[in-house]
Amino acid sequence: MAIVVDRRLGLIDHLYLPGIFRGLWITLKHLFRRKFTMQYPEQRWTFPEGFRGVPALVKDQEGRVKCVACYLCQFVCPPKAITITAGEMPNKVEKYPAAFDINMLRCIYCGMCEEVCPEQAIFLTRDYEVAGSTRTGLIFDKEKLLEIGGMRPDPIMKWAAK
Amino acid sequence: MPTSTSGNESTTGIIGEQPLERREPQNLGLLDQRFDPNIITTTLDKVFNWARKSALWPMSFGLACCAIEMMAAVASRYDIDRFGAGVYRATPRQSDLMIVAGTVTEKMGPVVKRLYDQMPDPKWVISMGACATCGGPFPTYSTMQGVDRVVPVDVYIPGCPPRPEALLHGILRLQDRIDQMSIARRRSA
Repeated sequence: MAIVVDRRLGLIDHLYLPGIFRGLWITLKHLFRRKFTMQYPEQRWTFPEGFRGVPALVKDQEGRVKCVACYLCQFVCPPKAITITAGEMPNKVEKYPAAFDINMLRCIYCGMCEEVCPEQAIFLTRDYEVAGSTRTGLIFDKEKLLEIGGMRPDPIMKWAAK
Repeated sequence: MPTSTSGNESTTGIIGEQPLERREPQNLGLLDQRFDPNIITTTLDKVFNWARKSALWPMSFGLACCAIEMMAAVASRYDIDRFGAGVYRATPRQSDLMIVAGTVTEKMGPVVKRLYDQMPDPKWVISMGACATCGGPFPTYSTMQGVDRVVPVDVYIPGCPPRPEALLHGILRLQDRIDQMSIARRRSA
């Protein structure tokens, strides 16, 4: 059986003043609490290990592009953001990427390219502030990706004897 | 109306997208595009641009998971209101900025176009996230491969979803663009 609750308001409740003051009291309390807002452009978040941002290609300490154009990252990329065109090295040792484009608009920063790469040539950086006014401007080519990635030393250097 | 993509299309063919054409300057009011640049219009530009960029009223327009990050950007941690862009309107009639946050399906595309047309000039569009900018991880028949097929986009923000800071960064970029607007007629025009 339904219980009927009498919700008729008295005179003081009809003024709504107690409710207003209760609300303002909460606002006043928050005025003296610790400030919660991060002042973004000046103040940055410190990212934990393994934060995934924009992917980038890296070179080794001799300035050689580590990527060998094996197409594994292009194959594994879930949104198909990576497009590689392979070229041949002059000494016929190995392939190299003649063109390596990542469509940053498609990229979802999942990190599968970094995981799958057998040469440890592609890494996810911590950069995430990418915005552009054209779609073509956000397709990063090889030079741009190498510029973002920089150098990571290669301890093995298996190409040194070739 | 949106152009539909066939399901058999090569997905990596999206890479060779054509660059966007810029919007022609519109007659936004009594003053706009009716004078050559002079000291009055350049002074007015500063006032107008300041007013336009510091009170961007976005339209509530969450289509998918990017909307969660958009809400986070509005909330107290990131507080989009610090840039004057926190007054979310539930109607296109009162908003300046459309943040397309999320996957735009082919069925939703005409609705996006209609909402954009209902917004009063001057108006701007931020395409937030991989889905809105180019279809993202859905290169399929049902997903619109970029919201720029129906509305002109001013700022693209990649990410899946973009962090709230990335959205704030995009809004700052948009404010920089608004700062370069002018009510005077262009010299070349």
